Amino acid sequence: MNIHEYQAKAILRNFGVPVPEGHVVYNSNSARDWAKRLGDGPWAVKAQIHAGGRGKGGGVKIAKTADEVKQYARDMFGMTLVTHQTGPEGKVVKRVLIEEGSNIADEFYVSFLVDRATAKVTLMASAEGGVNIEEVAEKTPEKLFFEAVDPVVGLLPFQARKVAFKMGFALPQVKQAVPILMNLYKAFVESDCSLLEINPMIQTVEGKLICLDAKLNFDDNALFRHLRIRDLRDYEEEDPMEIEAGQYDLSYIALDGNIGCMVNGAGLAMATMDIIQLHGASPANFLDVGGSATIERVTEAFKIILSDKKVEGILVNIFGGIMKCDVIATGVVEAAKQVGIKIPLVVRLEGTNVELGKEILAKSGLDIVSADGMADAAEKIVKAVNG
Amino acid sequence: MSILIDKNTKVITQGITGATGLFHAQGARDYGTQMVGGVTPGKGGQTIDGFPIFNTVEEAVKATGATASVIYVPPIGSADAIMEAVDAGIELVICITEGVPVLDMVKVKKYMEGKKCRLVGPNCPGVITAGQSKIGIMPGYIHKPGPVGVISRSGTLTYEAVWQLTTRDIGQTTCVGIGGDPVNGTSHLEALKMFEADPETKAVIMIGEIGGDAEEKAAEYVRDHMTKPVAAFIAGATAPAGKRMGHAGAIISGGKGDAASKKAFLRECGISVADSPAEMAEALLKIWQP
Repeated sequence: MNIHEYQAKAILRNFGVPVPEGHVVYNSNSARDWAKRLGDGPWAVKAQIHAGGRGKGGGVKIAKTADEVKQYARDMFGMTLVTHQTGPEGKVVKRVLIEEGSNIADEFYVSFLVDRATAKVTLMASAEGGVNIEEVAEKTPEKLFFEAVDPVVGLLPFQARKVAFKMGFALPQVKQAVPILMNLYKAFVESDCSLLEINPMIQTVEGKLICLDAKLNFDDNALFRHLRIRDLRDYEEEDPMEIEAGQYDLSYIALDGNIGCMVNGAGLAMATMDIIQLHGASPANFLDVGGSATIERVTEAFKIILSDKKVEGILVNIFGGIMKCDVIATGVVEAAKQVGIKIPLVVRLEGTNVELGKEILAKSGLDIVSADGMADAAEKIVKAVNG
Repeated sequence: MSILIDKNTKVITQGITGATGLFHAQGARDYGTQMVGGVTPGKGGQTIDGFPIFNTVEEAVKATGATASVIYVPPIGSADAIMEAVDAGIELVICITEGVPVLDMVKVKKYMEGKKCRLVGPNCPGVITAGQSKIGIMPGYIHKPGPVGVISRSGTLTYEAVWQLTTRDIGQTTCVGIGGDPVNGTSHLEALKMFEADPETKAVIMIGEIGGDAEEKAAEYVRDHMTKPVAAFIAGATAPAGKRMGHAGAIISGGKGDAASKKAFLRECGISVADSPAEMAEALLKIWQP
């Protein structure tokens, strides 16, 4: 799960991490009021969307007067911000963060994440801050520093010190960086983050270290123990179909093609998309009904697929393990009764209770094309749709 | 021979009184697995469908001599269940549960350091040695004893590969579902090493997915050390770019993680890569005859 920058900064502030004073606003009048409360300026006016690269698209401005704050905020509200992370459709700005300005002398990069290879939370840092870190990793990997954290003892002071010295800090800044890094680690593990990224961390002209931007992503699987964080979810930032799917524990991602897919298991779902493409057509979606789908969920899955007007045919590919084929078959029949499927439907069933499933489909009186194997299924649906 | 489990492996089910745990404990027993009991705290001393229930894994091990455990405990208690099994001296822990928090797995991996226990999963279909023992949620009837080892991150895609083999009258030694989570117990590489060491396994199908570099590491082993032919499929060629949450993960694990670069690297390492998921068995048969 993703949250906004201002929410991330509020969390970090609670862990004792220095972030600029600021306030989120929902209209330009209160932008001006909050600017005055925050001090004499200058101020940073920052569009709050769930994507990076906002500065280049006009989503971050420095204002010298409170009236400028209001003007910039007014420009931002309702604007569609397109960055390299939003996709071409962009995102509409509905919240704006007003912050006290900082005198930036230097910029750094800090992040924490779980490294798959070592199975440890790893601190990644660089003296190259405020830039695209992927480029730094590609062109000058020697400028990135890593420190793996032992989960039993946590990030130790000497580790933070090592990284701080490598980042090129002078002693007064090393002394600030050590507790900041340790508190960032604490925030990461105590909030079950999947990514914590500070880009940039700045050193001010006065010599103070501040986390000027903050990005926190959370492990969806751990949200059950972080109800306050779960409440920060901004549904307006997400695809409405994906939210709808999520309510039924379905994993759904909309794509551009015309063949809807319903599959059990993420791997088989991806493979089904792949084989549709190999047969010369395009998948309309990724949809994993999971390993323990109920009839209700399968019915909802069909409704979601059919609500996409691009869909001209549906391929159901189920290999039953936990998921029983008769459950899928019953779901297909129920959905057909409820919503009416008027487009070609190819069903490939294999695995637990397959005979029962096939029988339910055959007796339903529905116009369902049965397929044997993935290649046969892909061929039949592509032929039915594209002729 | 086979890897990890055979007909003599004694298994207990942690979470046996849950609907899923019981359903698959019965399925395992029907397949011939020595499913010797289960654990549900508070229900020790009772039985369920003939399975004796114990309060703790320690008690279950003492009473049954089990050396393997399969976990169907919900995500909130999965990590604890794994570590309880490790502590009780279980040699093979298979965690089926989907949705275990990543940081719980980080703790589990640390806890397991230096312990004589192998973990498979979480978020996996389990392990089956064809015709001998089934520990997990896979449909047993699709398997047939024979010479091919199968490794996969994905559950249902593993069944797909197995079915392609079985319908071509090619059997399997052991099929290992290692699970799709970022931090898991057994890697592609470790499973490959076990198959290389197993005299009955003559060839291997390895199924990967986009993301990370576990498949590349396994491919390097195939190139440098493996004497047996390996075929592979990488799912996700059509997966949309830019759906990744953060970018830092790809950086730290090295490699780009996309399907095209994975396939190219695997081919460089001498692996027969199928472009279509319907041709996984065919890809193996191009380089090996049973």
